[in-house]
Amino acid sequence: MHTSTLIIVLLGLMSLAYYLGRKRSLNLVSGRVRDLHSLPSYYGLHTALWCGIPAILLLVVWISFEGSVVTSLVVDSLPQETQNLPSERLNLVLNDIRNLATGDIVSTTVDENMQQAADHYARLQSISHMAMFVAALSLAILAGFIAHRSISRQQRARNRVEKAVNFFLLSSSTLAIFTTIGIVLSVLFESLRFFQQIPVTDFIFGLEWSPQTAIRADQVGSSGVFGAIPLFAGTFLITLIAMVVAVPIGLLSAIYMAEYAGRHFRSLAKPVLEVLAGIPTVVYGFFAALTVAPFFRDMGASLGLGVSSESALAAGVVMGIMIIPFISSLSDDVINAVPQAMRDGSYGLGATRSETIRQVIIPAALPGIVGGVLLAVSRAIGETMIVVMAAGLSANLTANPLEAVTTVTVQIVTLLVGDQEFDSAKTLAAFALALVLFVITLALNMIALYIVRKYREQYE
Amino acid sequence: MSRVEKGLARRYRQERNFKRLGLGAILLGLLFVSFLFISIFANGYTAFQQTFIKLDVFYDPEMIAPVGETDPDVLSAGNYGGLVKATMRELFPSVTNRRDKKKLYGLISTGAAFQIRERVMQDPSVIGQRESMWVPADDDVDMLIKGHIDLNLPESDRRIKDDQLSWIQGMQEDGRVEKRFNTTFFTAGDSREPELSGIKGAAVGSFFTLLICLAISFPVGVAAAVYLEEVAPKNRWTDLIEVNINNLAAVPSIVFGLLGLAVFINFFGLPRSVPLVGGLVLALMTLPTIIIASRAALKSVPPSIREAALGVGASPMQTITHHVLPLALPGMLTGTIIGMAQALGETAPLLMIGMVAFIVDIPGGAMDPSAVLPVQIYLWADSPERAFVERTSAAIMVLLAFLISMNLLAVWLRKKFERRW
Repeated sequence: MHTSTLIIVLLGLMSLAYYLGRKRSLNLVSGRVRDLHSLPSYYGLHTALWCGIPAILLLVVWISFEGSVVTSLVVDSLPQETQNLPSERLNLVLNDIRNLATGDIVSTTVDENMQQAADHYARLQSISHMAMFVAALSLAILAGFIAHRSISRQQRARNRVEKAVNFFLLSSSTLAIFTTIGIVLSVLFESLRFFQQIPVTDFIFGLEWSPQTAIRADQVGSSGVFGAIPLFAGTFLITLIAMVVAVPIGLLSAIYMAEYAGRHFRSLAKPVLEVLAGIPTVVYGFFAALTVAPFFRDMGASLGLGVSSESALAAGVVMGIMIIPFISSLSDDVINAVPQAMRDGSYGLGATRSETIRQVIIPAALPGIVGGVLLAVSRAIGETMIVVMAAGLSANLTANPLEAVTTVTVQIVTLLVGDQEFDSAKTLAAFALALVLFVITLALNMIALYIVRKYREQYE
Repeated sequence: MSRVEKGLARRYRQERNFKRLGLGAILLGLLFVSFLFISIFANGYTAFQQTFIKLDVFYDPEMIAPVGETDPDVLSAGNYGGLVKATMRELFPSVTNRRDKKKLYGLISTGAAFQIRERVMQDPSVIGQRESMWVPADDDVDMLIKGHIDLNLPESDRRIKDDQLSWIQGMQEDGRVEKRFNTTFFTAGDSREPELSGIKGAAVGSFFTLLICLAISFPVGVAAAVYLEEVAPKNRWTDLIEVNINNLAAVPSIVFGLLGLAVFINFFGLPRSVPLVGGLVLALMTLPTIIIASRAALKSVPPSIREAALGVGASPMQTITHHVLPLALPGMLTGTIIGMAQALGETAPLLMIGMVAFIVDIPGGAMDPSAVLPVQIYLWADSPERAFVERTSAAIMVLLAFLISMNLLAVWLRKKFERRW
């Protein structure tokens, strides 16, 4: 029987419990609702919650421990020499047993022992499933029954149900905290393991990045050097190009939208620009690699410049296009937040519109604009798909936008996609890079949010 | 006064220039949008058609099975590849050289053999008979027919050689070559052969992933927003949660992928490249968006509603569930749809949890390995075959169509249910 069937059965039981609980509460007072402490539906809900929640909790615990318990039982049943194998080999054997039990393809020839183990595995699993099914259902019925019996006139059903709902609300809101803790811990632990192999100073100040570790000592070109400066430089270069494209265009269009544009033009142009914000980054990446990069390469060739087909310029420009709506909508908000009185004062002194904008509105809105730009920078640094598809893979330490550079995010992707073993410095390096990425973007966000909040308080 | 007038012309000119600059910036932005769409569309629209070739297949009993055979095991073991080759040899009897024959066979997709097998399995009585059948052409032929192959190049640089060209022309004169609507693109999973590949596998994978994502992020996001906005006391702890949510909204998506890799795959031991893990990671990623939008929706419900409900004796929780939540729901749904659109287009975190595997089968559930649409786009964009370029663009068009309709739905919802008090 499938777990999803079980859940559906449980839901059915819960609605039955709701119905019975409600009915019993009404019967107790023979239909006179005012004699009850709570409304009848709360008695129903109370019974339904008792019926469902313990069973579901049991289910969760059972499923999370089922795998390891069954596996250890199967391992105990294996012959002694197989049990003494090193853990990776043992895992391979177990994998084969599991595949054999589910009827998939097996990597080795099937012998007597293995067939036995697979049968044993399948048997244990079906026993465990049956036991889970029986246990969960009987718990649901038992708890629901007890809750049903406990219904009385004075029972504070509403308060209990509300307490449960409150608990759910509280735990939902803490999930955000747990996510952050999860990110920090998962990135930090692997990074610490990385820094045990490679000193922190080598990582942060090293000028050469070549993560391939040699398998044989005499291999060429796989030195395993983890100096991240070229990656930081590449990220910085591409971010800079993106900002050079996005800040003027985004800011000027925000100014035009907020100060000059008529209602019709605004209602037409704003959504179209916002379309740019909704396009997935993988589309931008494809656009950069297929259209923009060859365009720059051909243009460079006709000017006699050697432009790499994975130039930082192409990735940066397309990333800039992606960020335009981000900057323009953030700046639009802050420009609109500047009080009308300041504009009126400036016009009253005889300033033209552009003078008002340049000398009054922009200075007044500057903190908000800076905050928006900082948020945009943090987005550009963390952007992945555009650079994965359009920027290079080899770490070049250069400031020339026509050459190929690589970025932190590109390296994380190339290090982690594909075959990996979790102990090599190569894989762990990705987590160290992610730590750097996380810390930098977090700092940028904190500063930006702080500036924006300060600015908002100023005019409220 | 005269000093003012002297500078006036210059100031007006500056004013005009500034205004033009602003307009220019907007037009540049619009130009980028249209350029992007035109470039994708121009590359992609041809993928909705596919070249087919008509073959006169003789269902040779010697190659398949004796006439009257109905056992599916025997039927499926027939030499259908050989049958296609024999049909091609029959069509061009003049080709005898081994190397030329190989080139000849290359005109037809490897999918032709499967198509013929399907036909025989369906109706074993065709064995021993002759029948014409439209089979997909190889992707290189398809590209040639669609005009993507430059015939001015020297023969050695071309994927289609000169004698292949003459054979194709011969078939075209016989009316054996035709472009038809490409149904494979919408009904097949991924494939190494462009003409046999489709987006259904990825689309179904995206569907399961979004379903998991929605099932988790919507209730949790709404609950968190209700707690922070309606229930929680204002103290350090709630401030911390709030700052935390704002920061999570700006954490690079790839970091969420690493979280998923470390927690769900390495710690909990969930399998790689399944929609369940993808949905979990995307749920964590879209949660801040949904919480922020839901809080804004709750904020816009006027306090008078709450006071009225409390005044007639509703408990705080009844006030929320009976009065505030229904009024805030449209705003919350709008935020959720926008969050889902974001999740649908997200690629980077899914690369981290192994959703880049090459998967042919169409997933049947949230625990089957699968790809998702944006990852499929990424994979095809990396493939060297020319035919995958148009398929990538076509897949992008499908993805954008989904995203735009989701966004339109959000806009419609906001327009229809938005209330101002």
